[in-house]
Amino acid sequence: MGTLKSLEKDQTNLIKALQLEQEENEYISDESIKKIANYFDLPLVEVEGVVSFYAQFKRVKPGKHKISVCDGTACHIKGSPLVLNWVTDELGIKDGETDEKGLFSLETVACLGCCSLAPVMSVDGKVFGKLDRKSLLKILKKYKQGEVEIDD
Amino acid sequence: MIKRIKVGMASCGLAAGAGEVMDYLKENIDDIELVETGCIGHCYAEPIVEVETDEGSIYYEDVKASEEFLNKILNTEDSSQLEFREERSSKEFVKVTKFAGRLDPVSMDEYLENEGYKPLEKALSMTPEEVVEEVKTSGLRGRGGGGFPTGLKWSFLAAKESEEKILVCNADEGDPGAFMDRSMMESVPHQVMEGMLIAAYATGATQIFIYIRAEYPLAVKNLGIAIEQLKEKGFNDFGDRVIEIKIKEGAGAFVCGEETAMIHSLEGGRGTPRFRPPYPTDSGFKGYPTLINNVETFSNVPVVLREGGEKYAEVGTENSKGTKLFALAGDVKYAGLVEVPMGITIGEIIYDIGGAEKGSIKAVQIGGPSGGCIPEKHFDTPVDYDSLTSLGAIMGSGGLIAISNDRCMVETARYFLDFTTRESCGKCTFCRIGTKRMLEILERITAGEGTLNDIEVLEDLGPKIIDGALCGLGKTAPNPVLSTLRYFKDEYLAHVEEKKCPALQCNNLVNVHLDQDKCIQCTLCIKNCPVNAISDDFVVDNDTCTRCNTCMEVCPVGAIGRVERGETNG
Repeated sequence: MGTLKSLEKDQTNLIKALQLEQEENEYISDESIKKIANYFDLPLVEVEGVVSFYAQFKRVKPGKHKISVCDGTACHIKGSPLVLNWVTDELGIKDGETDEKGLFSLETVACLGCCSLAPVMSVDGKVFGKLDRKSLLKILKKYKQGEVEIDD
Repeated sequence: MIKRIKVGMASCGLAAGAGEVMDYLKENIDDIELVETGCIGHCYAEPIVEVETDEGSIYYEDVKASEEFLNKILNTEDSSQLEFREERSSKEFVKVTKFAGRLDPVSMDEYLENEGYKPLEKALSMTPEEVVEEVKTSGLRGRGGGGFPTGLKWSFLAAKESEEKILVCNADEGDPGAFMDRSMMESVPHQVMEGMLIAAYATGATQIFIYIRAEYPLAVKNLGIAIEQLKEKGFNDFGDRVIEIKIKEGAGAFVCGEETAMIHSLEGGRGTPRFRPPYPTDSGFKGYPTLINNVETFSNVPVVLREGGEKYAEVGTENSKGTKLFALAGDVKYAGLVEVPMGITIGEIIYDIGGAEKGSIKAVQIGGPSGGCIPEKHFDTPVDYDSLTSLGAIMGSGGLIAISNDRCMVETARYFLDFTTRESCGKCTFCRIGTKRMLEILERITAGEGTLNDIEVLEDLGPKIIDGALCGLGKTAPNPVLSTLRYFKDEYLAHVEEKKCPALQCNNLVNVHLDQDKCIQCTLCIKNCPVNAISDDFVVDNDTCTRCNTCMEVCPVGAIGRVERGETNG
């Protein structure tokens, strides 16, 4: 709520408020929508409508590591559907899903803007380019192992 | 003698490992200044390190965070140097991107030392009307895709009387496959800002919004720094008014690239377009007169002022002046950001600059999901707004993707429709349902279940969506389908009539075959197959196989490949 107060109570700040909320909680919960609607004095449906319109906003809590497979034109041409399949085969999650342990979530994004390195994906915002199956599995393994160490 | 060492740290460089390289150099070098720069456009060679010496700069490509490269750099060795190929440099015309990757993006001083903000100073010494005239003379047209004459657009806003006038920079580069704007904002944010300030002065604007994709964190950061720096210098203070500048991050909606949708989004609502008129210059953000130009357009403005409208107009074709930035990617050897004069041919970009092998590329996709494909036989077409439109494509924002003979055009069209279907805001029936129906048909065809009637429906539905949709998204969504139907109908017919994918890309229409004669029985394929579809005697079970290509990738002798379905089983 602290961050919300830094914003002027004007609807032009609604998207910013949602972005801040998501930054803090990783997704937009029902409570968040109520809180924000209350703050801007807007009907719930108005806020819900804005949330559902924009691809950035998540209504489900994502995993610890967020994998975004780029499916922009250059990546698609260079085989991003295969990249997506490899991730699915390895982690057992499809586009938009989070695994049972809450370790990884997977989504496709339109373009990360690194087309010259296609195909690319990002994990927690870090971009990996020129992927093939081998390099991809190596990257996933690294994140999995990192998690094991933390757990132990 | 080494003066400075620069590391290209735009998104493309960072993705290739420039961050690790920079960290390594920092740890091991303490007596030479290390500078973070942006993108010089040769993205295929990232990470790139520039070594500034007394005799000029030396560029190293594919740099790794290792002792080997550290020594190469410190001894300015000959190996691993980035080659500036003559084929490329002779075709390029670098002026808008002149400073990209050469300057420290967040150093105000460096920009000023290179004549930065001199164009603004020049503009301020003229009357606003004179500045608008100068831009009109230059023939500059909107670089975001529409190609509306920039000076004319400015004159509409300049003519309005209003207590507030709004200027918006469209930095919502949503076309998947385009990264010109990102590169400019990351590499020379001050040039983009200077263009906006000149426009604000010329049009009498009081407020500036930059509507930028949230997916471009580095661009947001660098622009933010540039804004603070220019405010400190008072460059946004025109004497009679101080221009307010705000960055607004978008939240991921392609349709928000459309003017009226963007305004709704800026106002904090759903980004749906509305009917025009009234045009934004009459009634835009909160009802105030509003002008929207894109990043590349603004980046051109300081160049126009610096060299004068007449000189600017010397480059280009009759109706398309100046240079254009293209994000060149796909099946080319040298992908990256290129700046070329209007009027260059597509072939020159693909073959000379991109280094693609002649005969290996069957088409280019220009303008992303709103554009169309241009087949190889038209590669001698000059790049200008009107020639491209006449071929059923559009200039678009500058995404240029080379498509090799191994790619299926029906699948490519399906990919774009999948994108526009998801991005349709749902307001107009023809766009909402029409694109969905087109997508379903294309999915049927690529799955080998299409009929001849399906192709007829596509040809019928396309023009109806164009007529029935309100905004640019719907009006251009059928383009990829219609242009592939126009130039590659044989591929559609092969899918429908013969149930074959000539490019061997559509999974449902191909088998995977292991050539026993080439096989060296190393068992790598068997070990790596995720679904155990390869038997101990090296036969592929095509009913189990998911066509994931893993075996082809691991096979050291290239014994496994895709073949037409029915040709063989295993």
